[in-house]
Amino acid sequence: MKERLEQIKAEALRQIQGSDALDKLNEIRINYLGKKGELTAVLKGMKDVAAEDRPKVGQMVNDVRGEIERVLEEAKVKMENAVLEERMKRETIDVTLPAEKKRIGHRHPNTIALEEVERIFIGMGYEVVEGPEIETDYYNFEALNIPADHPAKDEQDTFFINGDFLLRTQTSGTQVHEMEKGKLPIRMIAPGRVFRSDEVDATHSPSFHQIEGLVIDRHITFADLKGTLAEFARELFGEETKVKFRPHHFNFTEPSAEMDVSCFKCGGKGCRFCKGSGWIEILGCGMVHPNVLTMSGIDPQEYSGFAFGVGLERIALLKYEIDDMRLLYENDIRFLRQF
Amino acid sequence: MNTALSWIKAYVPGLACSDQEYCDAMTLSGTKVENYARLDKNLEKIVVGQIEKIEKHPDADKLIVCQVNIGSEVIQIVTGAPNVKEGDKVPVVLDGGKVAGGHDGGPMPEEGISIKAGKLRGVESKGMMCSIEELGSDRNMYPEAPEMGIYIFPGDVQVGADAVQVLGMRDTVFEYEITSNRVDCYSVLGIAREAAATFRKPFVPPVVEVKENDEDVNDYISVEVQDPDLCTRYCARVCTNIRIAPSPAWMQERLRASGIRPINNLVDITNYVMEEYGQPMHAFDLDTVAGHKIIVRRAKDGDEFQTLDEQMRKLDKDILMICDGEKEIGIAGIMGGENSKITDNVKTVLFEAATFNGPNIRKSAKRLGLRTDASGKFEKGLDPHNAKDAINRACQLIQELGCGEVVKGMVDVCQPMKEKVRIKFEPERINDLLGTDVSEEDMLDIFKMLEIEYDEQAGELIAPTYRQDLLCCADIAEEVARFFGYDKIPTTLPNGEATAGKLSYKLRIEQKARDIAEYCGFSQGMNYSFESPKVFDKLLLPEDSPLRKAIVIANPLGEDFSIMRTISLNGMLASLATNYNRRNKDVRLYELGNIYLPDQFPLTELPDERMQFTLGMYGDGDFYTMKGVVEEFFESIGMKKKTTYDPESGKTFLHPGRQADIVYDGRKVGYLGEVHPIVCRNYDIGTKVYVAVLDMPLIVERATFDRKYEGIAKYPAVSRDISMVVPGNILAGQIEAMIEQRGGKILESYQLFDIYEGEQIKDGFKSVAYSIVFRAKDRTLEENDITGAMKKILNGLESLGIELRQ
Repeated sequence: MKERLEQIKAEALRQIQGSDALDKLNEIRINYLGKKGELTAVLKGMKDVAAEDRPKVGQMVNDVRGEIERVLEEAKVKMENAVLEERMKRETIDVTLPAEKKRIGHRHPNTIALEEVERIFIGMGYEVVEGPEIETDYYNFEALNIPADHPAKDEQDTFFINGDFLLRTQTSGTQVHEMEKGKLPIRMIAPGRVFRSDEVDATHSPSFHQIEGLVIDRHITFADLKGTLAEFARELFGEETKVKFRPHHFNFTEPSAEMDVSCFKCGGKGCRFCKGSGWIEILGCGMVHPNVLTMSGIDPQEYSGFAFGVGLERIALLKYEIDDMRLLYENDIRFLRQF
Repeated sequence: MNTALSWIKAYVPGLACSDQEYCDAMTLSGTKVENYARLDKNLEKIVVGQIEKIEKHPDADKLIVCQVNIGSEVIQIVTGAPNVKEGDKVPVVLDGGKVAGGHDGGPMPEEGISIKAGKLRGVESKGMMCSIEELGSDRNMYPEAPEMGIYIFPGDVQVGADAVQVLGMRDTVFEYEITSNRVDCYSVLGIAREAAATFRKPFVPPVVEVKENDEDVNDYISVEVQDPDLCTRYCARVCTNIRIAPSPAWMQERLRASGIRPINNLVDITNYVMEEYGQPMHAFDLDTVAGHKIIVRRAKDGDEFQTLDEQMRKLDKDILMICDGEKEIGIAGIMGGENSKITDNVKTVLFEAATFNGPNIRKSAKRLGLRTDASGKFEKGLDPHNAKDAINRACQLIQELGCGEVVKGMVDVCQPMKEKVRIKFEPERINDLLGTDVSEEDMLDIFKMLEIEYDEQAGELIAPTYRQDLLCCADIAEEVARFFGYDKIPTTLPNGEATAGKLSYKLRIEQKARDIAEYCGFSQGMNYSFESPKVFDKLLLPEDSPLRKAIVIANPLGEDFSIMRTISLNGMLASLATNYNRRNKDVRLYELGNIYLPDQFPLTELPDERMQFTLGMYGDGDFYTMKGVVEEFFESIGMKKKTTYDPESGKTFLHPGRQADIVYDGRKVGYLGEVHPIVCRNYDIGTKVYVAVLDMPLIVERATFDRKYEGIAKYPAVSRDISMVVPGNILAGQIEAMIEQRGGKILESYQLFDIYEGEQIKDGFKSVAYSIVFRAKDRTLEENDITGAMKKILNGLESLGIELRQ
């Protein structure tokens, strides 16, 4: 009996070894383990075995069945893997063929620069607000300490509508709107469109954007203004950026300054970009003039503040090295796609 | 303002620094140097030589061979210049030297032109004689220089001397940007005063002493100011026995460096004093002043007057005139008259130094279209004290330069002067504002340099009259900051109550609009807010369209920029046209920009500025692509209700069969459609264009960033497909409305999956198929739930005249 089983096992394993296809393996399974298979036949012959030997023989049959099943499974997995390998070989693709892209649109360079500026100031606790583009003389000039007949009104080449109404020449009026709300302290930036009657050329546009900044609180100092704007410059132009404050004049701030940043192209050594000076003029700023505070209902004895104004296009042109301002308003898709 | 550094140094004798140091320090203390240039740039090894002998060149007709004494030796120079003769003293550049430019006066090379000894047509030449152009200047500045030829020095110049020095070119010219509040710095003395304070050196202004004769000015002239509101001060002095001649070299050099062409002693003196004091002056030929009388009064409307540039000028009653006993002889502060012009035959001169009303001069100059050096200074509002000092300085120079005699006395018609401004001295407040710790003594030192007096008893500072910008404590703080040093002020960050940084809600929605538009392939454009009134016709807007009622700019750059837009489409179509014209394919653009809707005319209140989200495209995509963008956007900002589309939107600029109002929550929030082919033609776009415009204020009101989890369905969905034959005039929207209305609570969604018109479908009908999905939140649906709901839907559809296909 034992020899017979050994024989069946050896024969089955030999056949498995020799098979080269899954259906052959299946055939072997049926031949040996199926209802009419050889092992089943052995079990059927159990009735001829002595009763005391039956458990032993049964155990032997099960062992042989187990062994055949294990080897069959092994062979099957091996064969399936081989098939998979074969298929994958056929499935090899050219990974250098062009990508399939969803053509995503592009933000305007002005907006990219603006969002960068917004990100920096939001991080410092500033709220981003807006003011009207068509303004009254009061908010654009008078409340900013630019009285009627002041030459600054001419300097800014204002577009007038009629009587009291005009296209704002600066975002500074938003300062006044914010202060009049009476909620202190104030930390705000106000981006927006402004208008001046400049003919269109590579460096001028009758419509452009400014970002106004205003901080009002107790004990705000010129040193705070310097610190804040130096931080802003480093965030915007890189950690190595140095700043320089030069005295200047604006009606609505006193003391006033212009801020230069070290040229981010040459690092301050002097190049064509910074016209050899190593510095690039970037914004105007100053301590809010006491007359402006008073007119907006804030007591200059108790509160002080600083304000600044940045030209958005100027930042965009510098940062992205755009050499002609007209490109910003042409909306040629070949230009926009570069941002 | 351009000034030679030597002129500044004349009044700040202790000043010793390099050009760059001067530039940096002045800029940091508030007198910004725009740039500076050395006059002797690229001028090397140039001496005064004297031509001893001239011979013809043996082999060239147009060349001559000169023996030139250069002091140390006699050298041979070959030249083609036609104007030299034996005995002439000329600038000679020696072997190895440099000149600034070519003889033709063209653009000068950055590195100059090197000169080497060599042979010209076989004859040795050891240097070159120079024209004024080769020395980097021109005949405008050196009128005595010959046209096309070698510069010839006056006879008294020493042979062998440094020719550049002799020409006054060993100097640097600085160009300053003066801010409008510092009228005093539009003068050499003003800048010198700043330089002295910046470098902490003594300021030594010229000492003005006039040697007068015994005559009395009142015998020569009387002055009457009839309009004192426009003329605060009028000073008049008279000089007799005028001898017109060239002014001395030092004066010519200073004027030239300032960009002023030397003319003669009299003219040069008035220009010199204008530069030095910042006070414009005028000189009349007294013999042309009728009645020896000056009257200052307004002109009359419609008067005409010939200015000394020989132009006729139209006057009005707000223009101030200088008149004599009979007639007008000058426009005050702007330009003198042809009728009183100084000629070379002048015997007696009447000097005027006045203070006119700044804004009036500015407006008059603007109306006349005549802005002069003088008006540019007057319009800033001059210090009346300066007029007297300047006129005395001019008379001093007349006498000292031998140009004439000064008549004793001055006619001075002067309104009461404003009292000097007093400002409380609050050192602590100054430090609080600056964030500094400057001592009181240091502050007082700064004030002293700036000639700001300190009344210790009153604790007040007294501003000098020329500092019209000093009015309050903040102004004083700026003076302290400037001379303490902006760079020495510490850098700190504000401390105090923390504030939350954020975008306004409106800006957050706009940010989302940009994100979605870009995700859908649209790039952001920007257009001007003003445009041409012709756009209304281009867009086929009806004559009575309220959109034609646009705000008009009173002083536009031109008609094309003259009205504030009331519709955002023109900019979009113009941008698409630009792209189409440049053969860019598949262009998608969006814009976020305002339109301006006036309430009434004339404007009595600010117009309604409405942000428009405008999308436009041509090429790949159609109406439904655009519709998809709109719905993506709505979903992203929490507008989850059903958006409906009303084809009766009545937009003249859109295709009549391909347009719709976008309706959300019962409100029209925008529109979309294919642009009318005629409009496309008006913009020269030869393809189909689709646009969508969303009115952002209405969108912002309806948007929300609130989100709530609604659970994920636990029970299975059941779907049913229906296929219908629909009359052509029934819209998909109507079918969907019916499905929604009849589907009941278990209706989850529906989806159009087929639409077909043509063969096999009878005329005037279309075949439409929907897949409808049902699901209950709390149980598995039973067959009779579905059949019940379907029956209601089908009945409803049949009531619309729809046939169901089996």
